[in-house]
Amino acid sequence: MNGWTGTVLRVNLSDGGIKREPLDTVAARDYLGCRGLGTYYYIKEVREIVDPFSEANKIIFATGPLTGAMGTSTGRFQVVTRSPLTGTIGAANSGGYFGPELKYAGYDLIILEGKSKKPVYLYINNGDVELRDASAVWGLDTHSATDALTAETDPDAKVTCIGPAGERLALLANLINDKHRAPGRGGLGAVMGSKKLKAVVARGTRGVKVADKDAFLKAVKESRELLSANGVTSGGLPAYGTNVLVNILNQTGALPTRNFHEGYFPTADKVGGETLAAERMFRNKGCASCVINCGRVSWSQGKYAATGEGPEYESAWAFGPDCCVDDLDAVNKANFICNEYGLDTIGMGSTIAAAMDLYEMGVIDKETTGGAELRFGDADVMVSMVEAAAKGTGFGEILQHGSYRLGEKFGHTEVSMTSKKQEMPAYDPRGIQGIGLNYATSNRGACHVRGYTISPEVLGLPEKLDPESTAEKPAWVKAFQDLTAAVDSAGMCLFTTFALGAVPIAAQLAAATGVPYTGDEIVKIGERVWNMERLYNIKAGFSKKDDALPERMTGGEPVPGGPMQGRISHVPQMLDVYYEARGWDADGVPSQAKLKELGLEEKLI
Amino acid sequence: MVKRVLMVYPEKCTGCGSCELACSFTHEGEFRPSVSRIGVFRFDEGGSNVPMTCFQCEEPACLKVCKTGALWRDEEKDIVAFNESKCIGCRMCVMACPFGNISYNRTAKKASKCDQCDGLPQCVEFCPNKALDYLPADTENWNKKRAFTDKMRRALAEVK
Repeated sequence: MNGWTGTVLRVNLSDGGIKREPLDTVAARDYLGCRGLGTYYYIKEVREIVDPFSEANKIIFATGPLTGAMGTSTGRFQVVTRSPLTGTIGAANSGGYFGPELKYAGYDLIILEGKSKKPVYLYINNGDVELRDASAVWGLDTHSATDALTAETDPDAKVTCIGPAGERLALLANLINDKHRAPGRGGLGAVMGSKKLKAVVARGTRGVKVADKDAFLKAVKESRELLSANGVTSGGLPAYGTNVLVNILNQTGALPTRNFHEGYFPTADKVGGETLAAERMFRNKGCASCVINCGRVSWSQGKYAATGEGPEYESAWAFGPDCCVDDLDAVNKANFICNEYGLDTIGMGSTIAAAMDLYEMGVIDKETTGGAELRFGDADVMVSMVEAAAKGTGFGEILQHGSYRLGEKFGHTEVSMTSKKQEMPAYDPRGIQGIGLNYATSNRGACHVRGYTISPEVLGLPEKLDPESTAEKPAWVKAFQDLTAAVDSAGMCLFTTFALGAVPIAAQLAAATGVPYTGDEIVKIGERVWNMERLYNIKAGFSKKDDALPERMTGGEPVPGGPMQGRISHVPQMLDVYYEARGWDADGVPSQAKLKELGLEEKLI
Repeated sequence: MVKRVLMVYPEKCTGCGSCELACSFTHEGEFRPSVSRIGVFRFDEGGSNVPMTCFQCEEPACLKVCKTGALWRDEEKDIVAFNESKCIGCRMCVMACPFGNISYNRTAKKASKCDQCDGLPQCVEFCPNKALDYLPADTENWNKKRAFTDKMRRALAEVK
């Protein structure tokens, strides 16, 4: 096939069965790959809403039709399963080199079902696939496990694995590929842990073909020109990484500070991308086929001395301003620990901030925390809590499961800055209205990369919107969510969309696959994916009441100072307009007409 | 014809592998890094990456061991040229190259090496970071000189 490989690999961890099956090409045309196609297969195969840790749950690794080709930043893959953190559909996306390697091995999707009794890893070497004993790497951190597994298999193999956090079923556990990239959110690493699956190791020497070679190169060159001409993708991101945003958001007054009590952090610059680039960075780095190269290879020094990659913006914010910490070495160290133990940095930082909130409220004390004085601004305490959560020791045993469970345990869920039990990222929804609506309606719990309206609301791309306005935001949120779902499903990096709209992305997809996709059609695919995810969540028990932000955001605590002083989020007011824009009823349920329009009427769910 | 040299600047390489994709697409018609004639090697330490391809040696070890005349020095193009039809697949050149820059293509059952795309190297064309360049042979090192003289100039200006 062109674009796709045409082959799905099915591995049963209960009985060790391994099968190759032809790809459902109709579904591939309608859902592309990665997030869309992976979720389609997940829902179609699992049918029921199952306990994420049960044998009946499956976990799918999915590549897209552009993964492994020389598209613009097309090195992505997706991990799809039910999220144990949120209970929603869980889909997490990652770059690096692992996704392309799976494709070069010859597979569009890997469907992992059942549960192993003892630790195993899956080794895929082109057509040779085997489940191998992982007892020697069980318990190892992600870097040591990756080194051990490539030594045991092939020096050119690529590894996606879980760390000790995933093995312990921590609800903030992620997967780590290529040592420093993460399908990060939703606690999907814990699903791997529940299956006793330490890693998927891939080596592939085959190729990815495209339908029309000349048209593909032409489309790639045109997209590259747009990316080169864009200040964010050719200037800010390669020079300072996503962490270029710390100062920008702080100046906007929407940099969540002190567990979202505040929106401005006076010393934010100390942990910003400019400081990192000047003082703690070896060089920038690119994922496979990337033309942006936002990755940071960095270090920390002094008592926190270590090396690693990052932090990107969300991580710098979570361990920095959200905990009132302005020590870049501490922030870097916390980020490195999370990558090594396999924890979601957004969830981890925000959970520590929530614990600091509880401590300052007097709800918890030194006795609860095992001696630590959990005060905002204490870098040592922040790092020690990350370590405790990474190892699951002491107070970390509670922190590793996220801020909602922490709040629940002590009867104060109001400190949990979450939507659908997943922590909100680094944009204050009181100051920026569209992103708040996106958090509340995201199908995997609070998430910025489901509909990144920061682009128009703060960065002015593709046009500048007033962050405080609400009237036009529901339509923008829908448009961004749908385009994002398409880009995620193609195997392309979301960051290209600072410069690329649907048309140039569709041109790459059409030339690669031979399916004559247009810009409108891929946005429709994105909308189909979004509605499919919504149907799953409705079946899982989610409803309008869950499309919400913490009360602190929607009136409980107006921003106390800075440029956004006095503001609150207007999500409740925007929600009905959003449902209407989506063609959903007043309860947020997709109408039959909408499902028919999207080809979803033959119910998957 | 101006002789040109393919220059590699590891310090600019981000490891994205676009060169491998462009090379395999040009020569094999598919995106397949495993048979690319240029390879990027990524190191953990300091995130350094090194693109590696044929150096087009003046005294090529591969050529010396080739018994069929499949490899020869094309002085006009200033490269070590390869005639696939004369290659018998003995792999002596693979063994002889001290840098690992000739490989064996298991599908074609022949040696495989960089031919600089007949004067339009596609790896250079698609490198997004200018970590690869294709420069006139007489002045290949001038950019380095220029960059360093700029540093000297600035340093001297500070002393004044």
